[in-house]
Amino acid sequence: MDAESLLLSLELAAGSGQGLSPDRRAALLTSLLLVKRDYRYDRVLFWGRILGIVADYYIAQGLVEDQLAPRKTLYSLNCMEWSLLPPATEEMAAQVAVVKGRFMGDPSHEYEHTEFQKTTAEGEKTFEEDVVVHIKEETRLVSVIDQIDKAVAIIPRGALFKTPFGPVNVNRTFEGLPLSEARKLSSYFHFREPVGLKNKTLLEKADLDPSLDFLDSLEYDIPKGSWSIQMERGNSLVVLRSLLWPGLTFFHSPRTRNHGYIYVGTGEKNMDLPFML
Amino acid sequence: MEDSTSLGQETENQQLGEAARPGEEEAAAPPRDPGPQSSGPWEAERAPDAAEPRPGSSRTRSPGSRGRAAGHGAVSPPPPQPRKPLRALARQDLGAAQQPDGAVSGAPDAGTALPDPLGLSTDEKASASGSQSREDTSPPTQQYRSSSTHSQPKELRTGNAQGEDPEPGASETAPSTLEIAVQNAKGYLFQASSKTGLNLYDHLSNVLTKIFDERPENAVDIIENISQKVKMAHFSKKLDTLQNENEMLPTYEIAERQKALFLQGHLEGADQELEDEIDLFSQAENSLPNVMESAFYFEQAGLGLGTDETYRIFLALKQLTDTHPVQRCRFWGKILGLEMNYIVAEVEIREGEDEEEVEEEDVAEAEERYNGESEADKDEEDELPKSFYKPPQAIPKEESRTGANKYVYFVCNEPGRPWVKLPSVTPAQIVTARKIKKFFTGRLDAPIVSYPPFPGNESNYLRAQIARISAGTHVSPLGFYQFGEEEGEEEEDVESGRDSFEENPDFEGIQVIDLVESLSNWVHHVQHILPQGRCTWFNPIPKHEEEEEEDEEKEEEKGEEPDYVEQEVGPPLLTPISEDLEIQNIPAWTTRLSSSLIPQYATAVLRSNLWPGAYAFSTGKLGM
Repeated sequence: MDAESLLLSLELAAGSGQGLSPDRRAALLTSLLLVKRDYRYDRVLFWGRILGIVADYYIAQGLVEDQLAPRKTLYSLNCMEWSLLPPATEEMAAQVAVVKGRFMGDPSHEYEHTEFQKTTAEGEKTFEEDVVVHIKEETRLVSVIDQIDKAVAIIPRGALFKTPFGPVNVNRTFEGLPLSEARKLSSYFHFREPVGLKNKTLLEKADLDPSLDFLDSLEYDIPKGSWSIQMERGNSLVVLRSLLWPGLTFFHSPRTRNHGYIYVGTGEKNMDLPFML
Repeated sequence: MEDSTSLGQETENQQLGEAARPGEEEAAAPPRDPGPQSSGPWEAERAPDAAEPRPGSSRTRSPGSRGRAAGHGAVSPPPPQPRKPLRALARQDLGAAQQPDGAVSGAPDAGTALPDPLGLSTDEKASASGSQSREDTSPPTQQYRSSSTHSQPKELRTGNAQGEDPEPGASETAPSTLEIAVQNAKGYLFQASSKTGLNLYDHLSNVLTKIFDERPENAVDIIENISQKVKMAHFSKKLDTLQNENEMLPTYEIAERQKALFLQGHLEGADQELEDEIDLFSQAENSLPNVMESAFYFEQAGLGLGTDETYRIFLALKQLTDTHPVQRCRFWGKILGLEMNYIVAEVEIREGEDEEEVEEEDVAEAEERYNGESEADKDEEDELPKSFYKPPQAIPKEESRTGANKYVYFVCNEPGRPWVKLPSVTPAQIVTARKIKKFFTGRLDAPIVSYPPFPGNESNYLRAQIARISAGTHVSPLGFYQFGEEEGEEEEDVESGRDSFEENPDFEGIQVIDLVESLSNWVHHVQHILPQGRCTWFNPIPKHEEEEEEDEEKEEEKGEEPDYVEQEVGPPLLTPISEDLEIQNIPAWTTRLSSSLIPQYATAVLRSNLWPGAYAFSTGKLGM
């Protein structure tokens, strides 16, 4: 959620039950402003909170002018001092895939994972060694945030538009989704580089508006039904919750510009999803 | 722009063409001498103007090439000419005919020099005469002029030769040709579209009016959107009354229901009634909890549904206590579902009010009797081999107000909707609920499709989960509750354990620091549910011995089976939570201080790692 409208966004996202305590909120309001100034970001988003055993991580992201450019992620343990996280890479994702369980809450904690490795010595003997691989919690944090962003960060249709030169900008004339569209999954897009657009048939592409429909919509997410759409307060607030990453809440007031998402959870993917539906 | 009809038009248009083209080139090329190049086509237009000798030769193409050359090339000192009038006229043309062109995008003047007096333009025109040294000063005037013409696009100052010298000779026919040209342009603009019936003239005037009314920042970037919005505004009025009605209906419904919540207290609004109510509460135990107070403490821990939502839940609980015979009630929590959510209230019904339970038991007994009869029939036929399998007897559910059924739970989807009572839970449901993992849809009558098959629908599953969560996560500080002094006699050889407790009047509170550091300061105050699905052990074996004689044979054949089932024992009530098993190497609970900055007023917060979303807090004074 945008740091500018933090209070309102927290209020709107409160339906999920998890929010922020008053002292954290106050700390965030101050510190995110300073982050924006120091790092010269165009926009700062408060991404959410990852619950750990000993402590919680508070995550923020900074955006530059181009909304789809890679974002810088910062984390903090007390909402005041922010540290930059390294960008996520494929190797990190592979490394982290073996770690299961909750986050500890200590960034320097190392997970140990023993792997069998066969090493061939000079002769014909092959040794099987148990190699203990250490994975830092920071790496895991980076990778999990990246996965969550790629999988479930969403934006309503029309909030961003693509200019012919390439950069993607915030649409200042976005007035909110109309009510008839707000309940459909197709009006929400993934807030990341599109993956499935090229696979669409020509017929489908003909209906798209190239400046607005340049991202993947939620309709084609697998498994189907991994999003729960609810209208709260009658029809004046639409809330989408991800079932794949439980804890991600997206809210939007139709016909207004307010929208945003926040993740408050343990940072674990719900692998049982197909059985639970 | 090039599609002109008359020759005169063509020339003017040619100039415009040059203006546009060099303008583009100039925009790309580095800034040149003649003043700030930022005023794009206007400047460019001036350059060719300055370059070519106007009088008389404006009809031919050569000025065009020279103009182009001028636009390309270096600074050709523009000869002092009476270029003013034609420039003015040409500018008006530009004002008229170039507007449909995208040339407006090139000129930042459009956005900047807005407040320009009309008089200024003519004054500037008059003053900006002659010398090329004026090049530098004239750019601002040019800008004013261009913007002034831009700002009054509709006012075609065709005859605007105020203070202009009509050019000798050639230009005498020019005004009339010009007039024709302008009128042609205007006529073109007025042409109505065959599809929509709009015309460009009106549309542009609307767009510019809107821009000037709203004055958005960087309007040039969003000009297309503004134009689109103006077009859409034409159509939206007709559909207003029809569409919006349907869409807003659910909002109004909910608002009406919640209004009823707020008004319930005022229905019989006499003061006497109010006093009576308060008296009742002070005498009897106050059945309504102070939800707002608890919500405040939970908010310190970072949990909460938002203040106004909590208040509505508060009112809904009050409505519950008014309509049902409730001794004590508590806001248990909220369960998120796919389509709708559940708000759950934990209620202790006043004694003697639970007649509904009896009916269900009768039904269960009737079924058992029926089963017994059918078995007797089979015995008489004596042909087919009888199966010796007796399904394990269903473990009976616990009595209401004991064990897992100690409390009755009411749910509603949203505050304002009616409360629905959940049925009591049976051990079989708890046992199955432990094996499956399903989402709630939000509808109480939804079937649960799972393996192993769940005996019941969503309301039963919800109740089973609530029972499990309560048993696992309801904790209180050590010493807050204590066992009653009169302990119930233990039955037979079954250790039923103590299952009642009461508040300890001497409890003084535990320091918050202690509560956070050590888990042994917290105890469960709800009975643990045994693997059997009940809180008190039920031995199914003795019943077997009491069955009819015909079955004795079967019993002997079954003698190999152990006829003694181990009693299941669970941790007794009021066990500290430090005894809870670890889950995958992490402790079952996480403790936190709500605020590290001001520890003296902080609350201790306990978070369950087994049931994410279960929290307990204690303020360190009188524990909550």
